[in-house]
Amino acid sequence: MSVSSPVKIKIDGVEVTTYEGDTILSAAKRAGIYIPTLCYLDGLSSYGGCRLCIVEVKGSPKLFPSCTTPVSNGIEIITNSEKLRKFRKLTLELILSEKPHICSICVANGHCELQDLAKEFGVDHLRIEREWTAHKIDLTHDFLVIDHNRCILCARCIRACDEIEGVHVLDMKMRGKDSQVIIDMDEDWASSRSCTSCRKCAMVCPVGAIYVRDKPFSEIKDKEIAKFILSRRGS
Amino acid sequence: MMGDLRKINFATVWLSGCSGCHMSFLDQDEKIVDLAQKIQLAYSPLMDAKIFPENVDVTVVEGAIGNEEQLNLIKKIREHTKILIAIGDCAVTGNMVTLRNVLDNGAGAILKRAYIETATENPQIPNDVPKLLEQARPLNEIVRVDYFIPGCPPSADLINYVLTEIMAGRTPNMEGKAKYG
Repeated sequence: MSVSSPVKIKIDGVEVTTYEGDTILSAAKRAGIYIPTLCYLDGLSSYGGCRLCIVEVKGSPKLFPSCTTPVSNGIEIITNSEKLRKFRKLTLELILSEKPHICSICVANGHCELQDLAKEFGVDHLRIEREWTAHKIDLTHDFLVIDHNRCILCARCIRACDEIEGVHVLDMKMRGKDSQVIIDMDEDWASSRSCTSCRKCAMVCPVGAIYVRDKPFSEIKDKEIAKFILSRRGS
Repeated sequence: MMGDLRKINFATVWLSGCSGCHMSFLDQDEKIVDLAQKIQLAYSPLMDAKIFPENVDVTVVEGAIGNEEQLNLIKKIREHTKILIAIGDCAVTGNMVTLRNVLDNGAGAILKRAYIETATENPQIPNDVPKLLEQARPLNEIVRVDYFIPGCPPSADLINYVLTEIMAGRTPNMEGKAKYG
């Protein structure tokens, strides 16, 4: 993995030695520097969808998603600033206003990564008027449920299904706010012949959009699952 | 304003909510004694006042805006209040009161469900109560709100923290504290 040449960068003033091809997020993680993430999950490929992990790179007016931005020699990175906190908070408000998220009646209440991040960034209300659109809930599978009203389109389930389970049952249709996670060729879950019912989609879901019926979300949720399986495969 | 010895004219209001936030407010235990010494209760479901008074310093509002009466009341409250605080998820985001918002003819659908379909005797939709709004709304979509205390309900400690900060003339820092649900 790290046969490539070493790269020296600075994160929040701390000198970090990493290697060519590494991402800013993974370099920061190894150096023990916290960057908030939402769509990113250890063991899955980086998606760069949620924009929570944005960082500043000195000398550039742009903000960079640290999970997909490769390191380069000599760059200086800022992971926490007034500007970053402002944008991360707004990002969370945009995510929360896109669907009718109602924490008090959600299976993930108390174990939700979106709820935790909203707390961390002090999202005490939404400055954006919300979308009041009803989204589908697929209750056809024996025990797996997908509630699109809660889905934040982070695509963790899609990546886990494809990269870890290797079946690629799940994918995304449409674009923008019409995007939706689909099963096979946009079918009911019950009619899917490729789904192995492995539950990894539910294990990695940050918000309780996919869950196992009649099971506490906290019992199913396993943020380490992808990393764990990969380590046992020796990759 | 808060620094002088005059007692703070304080009101609490219960709109479309379950009263859980008022329960959590009362749950401040002994700390409510300190609070009580600083305030004078002007209007609250805990007392018998029919009309929302003028010149209120701080009003704490629980619940979403669900009907026409509440819509008028919240505008009057805003006019007569210096500091308006939304307490609980219903007031802050609309919470489950807004479940009807995604339905076609949401108000009609829930009235029919509650008073016709599930009625065992004399099914009829009441016409002597305030008219339901088609969509329930959080307070800040109707009026300006100065502070927000999310939670379902917010913990008594969080309520106490925010009120204490505001009454001391400070701005509460909600980072790490504002938890929905």
